[in-house]
Amino acid sequence: MKILTGNDLKSGAVVWWTGSEWSLHVNEAIDVGEEADAIAAREEASRRVNVPYTIEATQDADGVRPAHIKDRVRALGPTVRPDLTLKPADPDAGNWVI
Amino acid sequence: MYKYDNYDQQMVDTRVAEFRDQAQRRLEGKLSEDQFKPLRLMNGLYLQLHAYMLRVAIPYGTLNGTQMHALADIADKYDRGYGHFTTRQNIQYNWIKLEEAGDLLADLAAVEMHAIQTSGNCIRNISSDHFAGAARDELVDPRPYAELMRQWSSFHPEFMYLPRKFKIAVIAAETDRAAMRLHDIGVQIVKNDAGDIGASFFVGGGMGRTPMIAPMIREFVPLDQLITYAEACLRVYNRYGRRDNKYKARIKILVHELGADEYTRQVEEEFAHMLDQGVEPPLAEIERLRPYFADPAFEDGPKTIDRSDPDFALWVDRNTHAHKHDSYVSAVISLKPVGGIPGDASAEQMHLMADLAKEYSFDELRVMHTQNVVLPHVKIADLHALWTRLEAAGLGAPNLDTIEDIIACPGLDYCSLANARSIPLAQKISERFAESGKTEELGQLKLKISGCINACGHHHAGHIGILGVDKKGVENYQLSLGGSEAEDVSLGKITGRGFDEAGVIDAVETVTDVYLGKREDGERFLDTYRRIGMAPFKEALYD
Repeated sequence: MKILTGNDLKSGAVVWWTGSEWSLHVNEAIDVGEEADAIAAREEASRRVNVPYTIEATQDADGVRPAHIKDRVRALGPTVRPDLTLKPADPDAGNWVI
Repeated sequence: MYKYDNYDQQMVDTRVAEFRDQAQRRLEGKLSEDQFKPLRLMNGLYLQLHAYMLRVAIPYGTLNGTQMHALADIADKYDRGYGHFTTRQNIQYNWIKLEEAGDLLADLAAVEMHAIQTSGNCIRNISSDHFAGAARDELVDPRPYAELMRQWSSFHPEFMYLPRKFKIAVIAAETDRAAMRLHDIGVQIVKNDAGDIGASFFVGGGMGRTPMIAPMIREFVPLDQLITYAEACLRVYNRYGRRDNKYKARIKILVHELGADEYTRQVEEEFAHMLDQGVEPPLAEIERLRPYFADPAFEDGPKTIDRSDPDFALWVDRNTHAHKHDSYVSAVISLKPVGGIPGDASAEQMHLMADLAKEYSFDELRVMHTQNVVLPHVKIADLHALWTRLEAAGLGAPNLDTIEDIIACPGLDYCSLANARSIPLAQKISERFAESGKTEELGQLKLKISGCINACGHHHAGHIGILGVDKKGVENYQLSLGGSEAEDVSLGKITGRGFDEAGVIDAVETVTDVYLGKREDGERFLDTYRRIGMAPFKEALYD
């Protein structure tokens, strides 16, 4: 699947396109398919996110998983500071990245 | 240390107001990211993996307790309670909101700090010897010259859009503690045979994807021609640097392609042309700056310590440096606890370091390019009390220049340019060696890790260097041996094929075992490597 990501203009936070808005959680990302460029152009013009771009990902029972490690780190947070990730209660959350 | 005059303060305050307006226009949608990006970068504001990142300049690594307290307050108020001290003697914050960046810059300006020229293709923060003004072996304090160059290079209209970024280091000792010859320009303050103070110029060094050691292009530049000569070096680069190719745009490529002799000839020609144009500030300017860096009021006191506590004695042996006054030392606060993140300090730790500077070091601190912090002037009589406070705060690791004192860039955990993570490797390697108890036995061993070819972790200059690369979407690590950023400068050589994370940690241990088996009396790892060469290490790693 293809999912759309960017950084929130105000906070810089990593966000994912859900079909109607931007979410902090990669699991809420939808397959944008052939619409990627049009959505990215529209959203960039609305100045809510910085430079949205499309990445490859897979989806299974555990959720959406970006294909590249860099985007998995973006999706989770720094693996060396579990307390600052989106899963602060899970000290092993970094394993999902690798 | 240097104090802003009204002109300095007005420049910084004006820039804060200007940036507030630019950020507001971006937030209101009146500027696109393409329009805004060069403006924010001029103010040190990057967009990294997780958020905006702000890099704050700490000129030649020197700051006072009030400034360190302010940095701690910023960590609490605008970030997530910590900051990251960098290999350019700066500090970075990883979680900055664009909406708050203007307020943050105003808080910095209130303590005579800023983030100007910490990014972009301009002259960056001038770096220097972290023991400047304190070291027993220095000729003079290099900081007045570094400050002169800082003022010259700040907002220099001719050099705001260079072909690429430009880094300058200034030292004044034979021992190079600033990686001087791995800078675009390295300046060493020297004394000539006539007893006059001047500067040797080394131009065209750097790390990154094409590491090079800067050749000396002028052995002695008189002090009253220092800025003119630097300007001539920049002018030739600005004119002929490769603007057509980002990867060949640093001055090291120009010097290499022209050859040092031809580059020098062109600089000398430009220099001769400029000498009568009045570019040079009057010598009175350096004399005006010098009192800002005058010695504090040192007092005589005990010159030895009580060594009955072995932990304290080890810390003194490892983490202190000879001072020009024999009742004092410079004390290094390690930001490398076992298993910790190199260079990270919490707001609480920063507040403590600020308090300790006020209590024990004439209110002065220095940031090291090795991502530690120095209290430059500590009475030997106060060392035990200081160490006790540091120990209690987790800042007393006795590991300066050991294999646990690892330089690591933020890597793929934070940096949008990185290909692999650096910090987890540093954590695991320090844990491995702390657990094995080999650290002390290994002695001086500088290990440096970069998460990409840009080499912010100085891996080319590591006695042992590690470079993280992306191998078909998987982190892979190249090992190199034999680098040095000191006065015995050299570039490391790659051992062979790369390793995965667990493999490279094992490989580091294998390499150190070869060293322990082969070393002769008094040899550091680097000495043994230079004597026996790569072969025994390769054999142990790959056969």
